[in-house]
Amino acid sequence: MAQYRTIVRQGLWDNNVVFGQMLSLCPALAVTSSATNGLGMGLATLAVLTAANLLVAALRRFITAEVRIPAFVLIIATMVTIVDMAMNAWLHELYKVLGLFIPLIVVNCLILGRAESFASKNPVAPSIVDGLAMGLGFTLALVVLGGVREIIGTGTLFANASGLLGPAFTFLEMTLTPADYPGALVMILPPGGFLATGVLIALKRIIDARAGKKMDAAAPACHAAE
Amino acid sequence: MNAKDTLIHAVVLGGFSLAAAGLLASGNMFTADEIRLRAVEDLQASLTQVIPAAIHDNSPVADATTVDGRKVYRALRGGQVTGVAFETTGNGYGGEIRVIMGVDSDGKIMGVRVVKHAETPGLGDKIEVAKSDWITRFAGKFLGDPPEDKWAVKKDGGPFDQFAGATITPRGTVNAIRDGLKFFAAHKTEMLEVR
Repeated sequence: MAQYRTIVRQGLWDNNVVFGQMLSLCPALAVTSSATNGLGMGLATLAVLTAANLLVAALRRFITAEVRIPAFVLIIATMVTIVDMAMNAWLHELYKVLGLFIPLIVVNCLILGRAESFASKNPVAPSIVDGLAMGLGFTLALVVLGGVREIIGTGTLFANASGLLGPAFTFLEMTLTPADYPGALVMILPPGGFLATGVLIALKRIIDARAGKKMDAAAPACHAAE
Repeated sequence: MNAKDTLIHAVVLGGFSLAAAGLLASGNMFTADEIRLRAVEDLQASLTQVIPAAIHDNSPVADATTVDGRKVYRALRGGQVTGVAFETTGNGYGGEIRVIMGVDSDGKIMGVRVVKHAETPGLGDKIEVAKSDWITRFAGKFLGDPPEDKWAVKKDGGPFDQFAGATITPRGTVNAIRDGLKFFAAHKTEMLEVR
């Protein structure tokens, strides 16, 4: 159990994809103009990452070390493409909302990173937990990042969440500022993504330093598994 | 690395590639028809928003013709063309804005909807009907109301509102609609002719 607790802790906080490993910054910055977008991308990535970890862990004995990277890429790309086609065909409403994010997942280095550094060296069960934890950590990071940018940028939070999650989630949609709040356009635009990411990474490091942890600024991106 | 190792790697990677190709091919086989159906449904849904049901007794999706390289969907009632719908594009802040517009046989706009755009979320996306009723205000307009040289957002001397913080997006959309009306005017006889 202790092993799983470590995996979850690594994924959610210590080695968080965006704020710890600083991986996947491209999709993280590109889609987080609102909390809802961040949530959509996060959930889609979570699903793909967990399934990719499962497949790679299950097939790891058949993959020789020299050809592992192209083999992982093949597994991930095939799976994502099939999910993309299936959603387009049978979950079309959801596809119209999330469809934008799905092809982006193929090129998300997080998926390949976890396949290489965790799933290829561990059995199926811990790999699934690792996929869930890392994916959840990524989702949380994107929601926080999107939330900060959305609140400062437009004064709302989770705008249009009902479009992503269904009408039952309309209660999430909030306006947090007075109606005449002019908004800070820069936060919605790409520079705002860099600003918010930088500030949030700094905050995480302050919290970690306060907690008396050893800071390892130059930690290699994918060392969690060792 | 000796020849035997190389062979093993080749077999492993070749096996994975074959399996992937097989999975993708069967996935495509199972979904292709469904995906095609969904695309037609999407088109149907946007057409019903720009062509009122009352003016046609045919299926405009099925009654498509090509005019000057552009797909034109025609509404017919009693064998007469009562209106047409077609796509037109303008340049927004984040790239192309694609709109579909319905025009009646007199050249009056019946409805406009944005089909695809990449405008800034929270600002430029007010051109979507889901976010704002802005796009619905074009119904009933035609070239002449306002006249072509006044067919612009307020900032450019026309009657159409821009949004706070976003001018380029509404400007691009307004231009797209004006171009659509000019396209209709230029090809009116061809479009309304019953074939």
